[in-house]
Amino acid sequence: MSSVHFVPVFLMLLFVEQLLNGLQLGVMLFLMSAGLTLVFGIMQVVNLAHGSFYMIGAYVAATVMLKSGSFVLALAVALPVTAAVGMLVELTVLRRLYERDHLDQVLATFGLIFFFNELTRMIWGRQPLFMDVPPWLSRTVELLPGIYYPSYRLLIIAVGILVALFLYLLFSRTRLGLQIRAGATNREMVAAMGINIRVLYTLVFGLGALLAGLAGAMAGPILAVEAGMGESILILTFVVIVIGGIGSIRGAFVGALVVGMVDTLGRAFLPQIFRLLFDSAAADRLGLALASMAVYVFMALILAWKPRGLFPAPGN
Amino acid sequence: MRAFLRNERLMLTVLLVFALLPPLFQLMGQEYLLSLLNRILIYGLAAASLDLILGYGGMVSLGHAAFLGIGAYSAGILAFHSYEGSAVLNWPMGLVLPGSESLLLALFVAVVMAGFFGLLTGSISLRTRGMHFIMITLAFAQMFYYLFISLDRYGGEDGISLFGRGHLPGFDLNNDFIYYYLCLFILILFLVLARRFTTSRFGLVLRGGRDNEQRLRALGFPVYRYRLICYALAAAAAGVAGVLMAHQGEYVSPGLMHWTKSGEIMVMVLLGGSGTLVGPLLGAGVLLLLEEVLAIYTEHWMVILGPFLILVVLFARNGIHGLLMKIGGRDD
Amino acid sequence: MKKVLLMALLALCYSVTAVAQEPVRIGMITTLSTKAGYLGEDIRDGFQLAVDEGKGTLGGIAVDLLVDDDNRKPEKARQIAERFIKRDKAQILTGIVFSNVATAVVPKVVREDVFYISPNAGPSMLAGKGCDPNYFNVAWQNDNLHEAAGKYVNDKGFNKVYLLAPNYPGGKDAVSGFKRFYKGGIAGEVYTNLGQSDYAAELASLRAAAPDAVFFFLPGGMGINFIKQYAQAGLNKTIPLFGPAFSFDERLLQAVGDAGLGVINGSQWSPDLDTPKNRAFVEAFRATYGRTPTLYASQGYDAAQLIGSALKKVGGDMNRQDDFRAALKAADFTSVRGNFRFGKNNHPIQDIYVREVVKTADGKYTNRIVEKTFVDHVDAYASECSMK
Repeated sequence: MSSVHFVPVFLMLLFVEQLLNGLQLGVMLFLMSAGLTLVFGIMQVVNLAHGSFYMIGAYVAATVMLKSGSFVLALAVALPVTAAVGMLVELTVLRRLYERDHLDQVLATFGLIFFFNELTRMIWGRQPLFMDVPPWLSRTVELLPGIYYPSYRLLIIAVGILVALFLYLLFSRTRLGLQIRAGATNREMVAAMGINIRVLYTLVFGLGALLAGLAGAMAGPILAVEAGMGESILILTFVVIVIGGIGSIRGAFVGALVVGMVDTLGRAFLPQIFRLLFDSAAADRLGLALASMAVYVFMALILAWKPRGLFPAPGN
Repeated sequence: MRAFLRNERLMLTVLLVFALLPPLFQLMGQEYLLSLLNRILIYGLAAASLDLILGYGGMVSLGHAAFLGIGAYSAGILAFHSYEGSAVLNWPMGLVLPGSESLLLALFVAVVMAGFFGLLTGSISLRTRGMHFIMITLAFAQMFYYLFISLDRYGGEDGISLFGRGHLPGFDLNNDFIYYYLCLFILILFLVLARRFTTSRFGLVLRGGRDNEQRLRALGFPVYRYRLICYALAAAAAGVAGVLMAHQGEYVSPGLMHWTKSGEIMVMVLLGGSGTLVGPLLGAGVLLLLEEVLAIYTEHWMVILGPFLILVVLFARNGIHGLLMKIGGRDD
Repeated sequence: MKKVLLMALLALCYSVTAVAQEPVRIGMITTLSTKAGYLGEDIRDGFQLAVDEGKGTLGGIAVDLLVDDDNRKPEKARQIAERFIKRDKAQILTGIVFSNVATAVVPKVVREDVFYISPNAGPSMLAGKGCDPNYFNVAWQNDNLHEAAGKYVNDKGFNKVYLLAPNYPGGKDAVSGFKRFYKGGIAGEVYTNLGQSDYAAELASLRAAAPDAVFFFLPGGMGINFIKQYAQAGLNKTIPLFGPAFSFDERLLQAVGDAGLGVINGSQWSPDLDTPKNRAFVEAFRATYGRTPTLYASQGYDAAQLIGSALKKVGGDMNRQDDFRAALKAADFTSVRGNFRFGKNNHPIQDIYVREVVKTADGKYTNRIVEKTFVDHVDAYASECSMK
């Protein structure tokens, strides 16, 4: 095989692997944004503290795993705990803010971020926690000849797709899903149907927190479990739901995958492309800067084109 | 009308307090508080400028810190080139901008740059509404943040350390007192202009647009254009605050543009009471003082600050300003 | 509300007047909140240990240690410095963790005849052109630990190294520090986002470049993420990883787990460094705080020792500024890291080691010294400093 022929094949493999990476990041973002977009679409609440649920999920999972060594048990504890914390937050703080404007919600949930970050620091200390990949998922798999992929990341992709499927079924096939959707478009009607809207809201909020907690617990083994970890992903999550169209689960799914791809491919290839096209240090720096901005530039372009996002939900 | 008068009175009182505190500190031998007060003043200016678009225009921007940063870097870059003895711009046809430590030049450049980028980003952002607007302003701010992080020449993330406070003919800006009163003067100038602006026809249209956009459009007002001008003006004012901040702290860094800084400024506005201009001053004061005081008592001060903010939202609608108005009298 | 403001201000003032005049005040501005909070915590605890060992004194002189959290914000640090200097009349400051914070604070305070003893950050500006007689760095110049890794990788004959660091001045300095002593080929040079958490894209490109070694500098949580993901991608079995100690301190390692085992990293100090002083320090630190000290703790401890040695020489009289300065410069104390003296730019001339990450019998992770890479190492910027 001549080297001229070899290079493109090799680049192709790399490209496929980067697509997988983009998919995995996208799926993670979907877990986060599904909950956030639900809460926003139905209760009209801007919740900056959504990242805190992600952090709590990771901390609880890491703690349980450290004590018991079981990843499954860690998930089994982390999910209900985050859901419970979410519902508690809804009952004590957010419930009082449904009728207020977004500004009040931003301020209050900004306060929640401070509180939760410092609280985790007080409970668990300042040092990051350790959480390992379960042994049965610690190998890499050769998906295609030449493409090795960590099996744990494949699990993340699978979980994300399952959750998407579950949400789809929940909203299109079940009574609860129907009520939630109705609640989003017409509050009074749902109340008239005799459904306790308060309980419904608390449940939806708990579900959103649970999904964020799931994302956090799944991220624990690949990321540093530390106070403030929620904010790194929070902003990307907001980018996702804004691109997708606020309140739309479908939009969140598409938005998450697109953002995951743009971010990953941007980081992987933009600097190289710039290096190939312009051979100078200045271009090199520009490529780097653009790679870190890629997601934001992309969002600005989408919103300039479609000010309400790709799939605007009917209620908004 | 009464409320307006009382607001005016409150603003005068607050400014009077700002004017009288420094000699008081001097008497008590607590000069260090002057720099804290100076920071409150400058943040107050930044927050008040955000109030123009947030409180009066109803546009919730989470990217206002970008303009603060652009202003600060205008001052920082000019000074950097002055130390280095090089030119900021060296384009053909005699278009040369040498480095300089002049405060006036820095203010001019900052107003132009921040105003220009305000127009540019505003013209795109203002096509969106609500949550989308919040996010697109944030996106633009993040772009600036990453841009300045990648500027090796100007220290990237480390920023630029200034040597001294720049020059203004006839004044020694390195004297903390003089610098403080200069900032106060600029703040008052801004408040006077902003007050005229908000009570003008222009401001009325803006507020009308905040409350009922459809109606104003139907009446034939170009709401978009009004908003854009307001956005650019607020950006320029934030740029001024940025210059003052750069010279006050003698330091500039991209951290000024991070989204959490935008969030902090927004918190100041809301804490103080939006749509009042004086509220953001109070908000800046309370937030910075709380940070300072709480940190003395506990390392975990944020665990107190967080719930405090939540309580303000829940129980003090319209922030401190609203609270003061309530205490001030129920005669209306 | 204004009354409340005034009361708060008055409260601030009164808390000052209550303090007696006697002990020498030392102001510590450090990072206790944010993700990097544990770095500041270790510096503070190391420093405090030295004070406690002297029963509230350093070098026999009573000291009053004031600690405040800078929240990793340069302007906040600046504000605290001002308070320490003007209100508390502190003439010695220390504690800053990050270079950007130091860049904002140090040039200003040393101009006001205050001494600054750096227990961590050592940006090149302050070591070179911006050096100052009142600024002493008791840790290292930022490039030093990268240089050690570079020399080791070079000595071992690696010839196709892949470099990875965040896109900010510290990251670029790390790569240039490494290259200063590594003369072989470069398989790739990649800069990542500051604060990035997922490195899948970078790891795929890295694998494709097929290097024979990887040097990376990703401090704090970024490092944890990278090392874990590097191991999960199976790369740790084929391509050895090298870095500075910043991603391998004894607290961070517990969060990395087995993924960090075997990684070689450069450091000026190690818990297993076999000197009487160090053995005593590690033991005392463990007894007091229930954990193994990190290099940051050792630096905090040495900063306290240095200050103590100088205070002793001037009898606690901070008005003897020139004597105090000369006493600091003499560095007349036993450093936990062994050989230590100041070069002309007031930065350390010291030995630098490479260490390997190992697992102890009780399941904890720590470092073992592999070899001494540099003897009496001088930083690269000393020649740019105009001091004698």
